[in-house]
Amino acid sequence: MSGLRLALRQVGYENRSMRRNPASAFFTAIFPLIFLVVFTAVFGNREIPVEGGTTSMATYYVASIAAYSVINACYTNVAMNVAFAQDLGQLKRLRGTPLPAWALLGGKVLHAVLIGLVLVVIVAAFGWVFYGVDLPTRTLPAALLALAVGSAAFAAMGIAVATIVPNSDAAPAVVNGIMLPLTFISDLFIPMQSAPEWLTTFASLFPLRHMAIAVRTAFNPFESGLGYEPMHLAIVAAWGLAAALFASRYFRWEPRR
Amino acid sequence: MWSPPCNVGSTVTTSIAAPEPPTRELAIRVRGLRRSYGDFEAVRGLDLDIHRGEVFALLGPNGAGKTTTVEIIEGYRPRSAGEVTVLGFDPALGERALRERVGIVLQETVADQYLTVLEMVQMFTGYFPHPLEPQEALALVGLSEQAGTRVRRLSGGQRRRLDVALGIIGDPELLFLDEPTTGFDPNARREAWDMVRGLRSLGKTVLLTTHYLDEAQQLADRVGIMARGRLIALGTPDELMGTGGAAIIEFEFGGSEGTPPELPANAIVEQGRVVIHTTEPTRVLAPLVAWAAAAGRELPGLRVVRPSLEDVYLELVARAEEMTP
Ligand SMILES: Nc1ncnc2c1ncn2[C@@H]1O[C@H](COP(=O)(O)OP(=O)(O)OP(=O)(O)O)[C@@H](O)[C@H]1O
Ligand SMILES: [Mg+2]
Repeated sequence: MSGLRLALRQVGYENRSMRRNPASAFFTAIFPLIFLVVFTAVFGNREIPVEGGTTSMATYYVASIAAYSVINACYTNVAMNVAFAQDLGQLKRLRGTPLPAWALLGGKVLHAVLIGLVLVVIVAAFGWVFYGVDLPTRTLPAALLALAVGSAAFAAMGIAVATIVPNSDAAPAVVNGIMLPLTFISDLFIPMQSAPEWLTTFASLFPLRHMAIAVRTAFNPFESGLGYEPMHLAIVAAWGLAAALFASRYFRWEPRR
Repeated sequence: MWSPPCNVGSTVTTSIAAPEPPTRELAIRVRGLRRSYGDFEAVRGLDLDIHRGEVFALLGPNGAGKTTTVEIIEGYRPRSAGEVTVLGFDPALGERALRERVGIVLQETVADQYLTVLEMVQMFTGYFPHPLEPQEALALVGLSEQAGTRVRRLSGGQRRRLDVALGIIGDPELLFLDEPTTGFDPNARREAWDMVRGLRSLGKTVLLTTHYLDEAQQLADRVGIMARGRLIALGTPDELMGTGGAAIIEFEFGGSEGTPPELPANAIVEQGRVVIHTTEPTRVLAPLVAWAAAAGRELPGLRVVRPSLEDVYLELVARAEEMTP
C-alpha cells in the first residue's frame, strides 16, 4: 500500500479509537463552546471597538475560540496522543512494521486537523445561531488559510512537545503547562487592549497571538480587504517549521523508562 | 592405493571451519556485538549465526542481555560495537524492505487500546505486502472467539496472544519472539508451540527468548545460553544435555524394608530418598527391580528421568556467574 493511502487509513483508525472513547470525544467537541458561552457571559456581550467599527463581544470570541479550537485540537490533542502512544509502547511496536513513520504521524496530524475544522464549524454555527455573529464570506479563503496554516504548525508543535514529555503521567502537566499561560496573554480569552505593553511584546514572541490575529482579521465584518495577514501567518508557520525540525531531531519511538 | 575423500571431516568440523556451507544460508549473523548503557556493558562481545529455517532459543537469567541483543538485531537499539546482518541487511538502517520480511513480538505487551482484536489485526495487514488473512492469524493464536472484543478488555494472556498475532500477520520469513508465552496458560502454551512448529515446517526462521526451559527443549533446533552479556553455551538441546544417555533414577527407601542389593558408588541417599546419576540406567535398575520383585514389594516413587535442560542450564549459569564479577 502506498504511504499516502496508509496515512489516510491511519486517520480512519484514529477516528474509530476516538469514537470508542465517547467521554473524550464529547468534551473535545464541547470544550470550545463552553469557553465561548462563559467568556461572552462573563465579559458581557457588549459592543467593542475593532478595526473599522464596533462589533459584539460574541464576534470577537467566535473568531478567538475558532483559533483556540485549532490550537487545542492540533497542539494539545496531538501532543497527548503521541506522548501516550509512545509511553504505552504503541509507537515502538508500529516502528517494527513497514508502516512509514511519516504515514503514522501524518495520520495522527491529519485526524487532528479534521477535528479542528469540525470544532471551528461548530463554534461558528453556534455563534451565528445564538449570538447572530456575522460569518466571513468574502474573507472566507483568508479564514481557511489561517486555519490551515495554524493546524499544521500547531500539530508540529504538539509532536515537538511530545518528544520532551517524560511519561504519560506527566503529559497533561507538561502539555498544558506550556500552552495554557500563553492562551491567557495572547488575546485569545481576554481582550488585551488595556494590557501593559511588555506583556503584549512578550506574547508576540509566541505563535498564539499571531494565530489569533490572523483568524480575527478574517472574521472581522469591517475588513475591507481580503483579510490575509501574511506577516502573522509567517510567524506561525516559522514556529511550525522550527517545531518540525526539533521533532525530527529528538523524536523517540520507545517509551522513556 | 586408498586415499580418504578430502571432505570426510566436514560434518564433524563445521564448527571449526570458517566458511559457512552454502546450503545453509544465514538469516542472522552477529560478530563481536557489544552494547553499553553508560558505564554498564550489557552485551560483551557476542558472536551468533542463525540459519534460515532454524528455530533458535536464547536463554539466560534476568538481565543477561537477551532483550538488548534481540532488539539490536531487530533494529530498535543501536550497538556500541560489532557487526549485525539480518537477511542481508544492516538492521540499524531501519529499511522498509527489511521490515516487510520480519515479524516482531516485543517483550512488553502494548496496553490500552480502544480498537477490537480484529480491527487491530486488520490495521496491521495493511502494512505488509502479502499478509495473512486476519481470521487466519487469530485462529493460529487461538483468539478467534475474541475477534470482536476491545483490546483493553482482554485478559493478560489474551493480550499476549494478540501481540503474537500481530507479529505473524505479515507472514514474515523471520520472526522474533521475546518471551512470547509469558502469561500463557498451559493449553495456550501448547498451542503456541504448535504454531511455532507450523512456522518451522514452512521454512521460517524463529529467534525466541524464553525462561521456560521446556519450551526451548520442545521448540528449538539450537539453544544459546547467555549470562552477563556473553554466550556461555551453544548447541542443540541434546548436545547441551549430554548425548550419552545420561539419566537420573530416583525412588524412596526407608531402610526398614530390608537390605537392597548393592547401590552404585555415586548413589545419594538422603531423607529416605535414593538418587542415582548414571549413564547406564538399565544396568543399574535391573538388580533393583529384581530384588523388589523377589521380595514382592514396590520401589515407591520410582522415576527414571533424563537430566533436563533446566538442570544443565542452572549449572552452566551458576558457573558463569561465579567466574565473571
Ligand atoms: N535502556 C536501558 N538503559 C540502561 N540499562 C539497560 C537498558 N536496557 C537494559 N539495561 C540493562 O542491561 C541489562 C540487560 O538487560 P536486558 O533487558 O537485555 O536483559 P534480558 O536478558 O532481556 O532480561 P529479562 O530476562 O529480564 O528480560 C540489564 O542489567 C538491564 O538493567
Ligand atoms: Mg528481556
